[in-house]
Amino acid sequence: MGTSALTGIIVEETTVFTLDELSCSCGKPAEWILALVDEGVIEPAGNDKGNWQFSGHCLRRVRIVKHLEVDLGLNLAGAALALELLEEVEALRNRIAALER
Amino acid sequence: MPHGVAVKYKDYYQVMGLSRDATQDEIKRAHRKLARKYHPDVSKESDAEAKFKEVGEAYEVLKDPEKRAAYDRLDPNMQADQEFQPPPGWDSGFEFRGGGTASAEGFSNFFEQLFGQQDFRAHAGRKASGQDHHAKVLVDLNDVFHGATRKITLQSPELDESGHVRLISRTLTIKIPKGMKEGQHLRLKGQGATGMGQQERGDLYLEMHFNPHSFYRAEGRDLYFQLPVSPWEAALGATVQTPTPNGAVGVKIPAGSSSGNKLRLKGRGIPGNPAGDIYVTLNVVVPPANTEQAKALYKEMESKLAFNPRAGMGV
Repeated sequence: MGTSALTGIIVEETTVFTLDELSCSCGKPAEWILALVDEGVIEPAGNDKGNWQFSGHCLRRVRIVKHLEVDLGLNLAGAALALELLEEVEALRNRIAALER
Repeated sequence: MPHGVAVKYKDYYQVMGLSRDATQDEIKRAHRKLARKYHPDVSKESDAEAKFKEVGEAYEVLKDPEKRAAYDRLDPNMQADQEFQPPPGWDSGFEFRGGGTASAEGFSNFFEQLFGQQDFRAHAGRKASGQDHHAKVLVDLNDVFHGATRKITLQSPELDESGHVRLISRTLTIKIPKGMKEGQHLRLKGQGATGMGQQERGDLYLEMHFNPHSFYRAEGRDLYFQLPVSPWEAALGATVQTPTPNGAVGVKIPAGSSSGNKLRLKGRGIPGNPAGDIYVTLNVVVPPANTEQAKALYKEMESKLAFNPRAGMGV
């Protein structure tokens, strides 16, 4: 085998991001993450900004909002609304699939 | 991409559904509509990402009057996917401003042949520390069932000494953790972009997706599939051999089952804490009446069973 295999961690299960890490993970400044928190797109745990912790599930949401902003020119509120509607559509699709089985 | 290599011609007007005399406003509107339609986060079509990139590339050329004029100078009789080599000096007299904010990663060889490697990535983030990178990875269901070691090849844009962006491919050997779910991200520390100076490298995030399986469908850690059973197995009850990714198991079919009935094999799905379940939907398969004996058996059932499957419909 030669080189040993790289071991990663499953973000959604074990990772907790700090503000800086989450900002780094999507290549956007910390202020942009703060705006997402203000918009209610993601919710940190912890009382003050210095100790904020974001669950691994935030990564997916943050990335979708970023893509919608960059690719479709949506503003933050519009992207947040689209994200919620997309999640609702996905939940409905899953329910339909479950009912059709 | 060295010049002079034949590439496939791309019809950017066809991609955008426009005629060659479309106005810049029409091009812009078509792009907005198609970008929404094929956005990989919005569309559920399997080829949405490829379509989205194609539209992005077409728009990158057609929105820019200089690039569009140069493109229009090419032989208008070319068909999509035809072998193509730009004539010498085809782009003389044009000055390409470059730049742009294309979000597509990696345009086609055709695009590169005409307009060169774009440096749209270069201004994406000149940060001191290494950037985090993202990629999608397709693995087999079996890989997350048992855990696996897989080689993956990633292409990432990197800056060379002269500040141009080139696509570098590298192969990584990674461990696929047992129990990983579709759509989850695997974070590999220090495998992102190289930082400048003494800064540490960014991380690499891999988004996991499963190759379609011939009969299992995964949802979270649960697996769904249809199990064919014979009419007598369904009617009389039976223990039948049933596949699971861990090998065949005997599953008890209750007497009086019919198509559509569901059985749950608890804890037999993708491993984890808690492990997923397997949901089996019974599918009664009727044996063909292709011999005299089979026909006689069906005739006998017809005369002796007095069975009307449509009784509930009042007919």
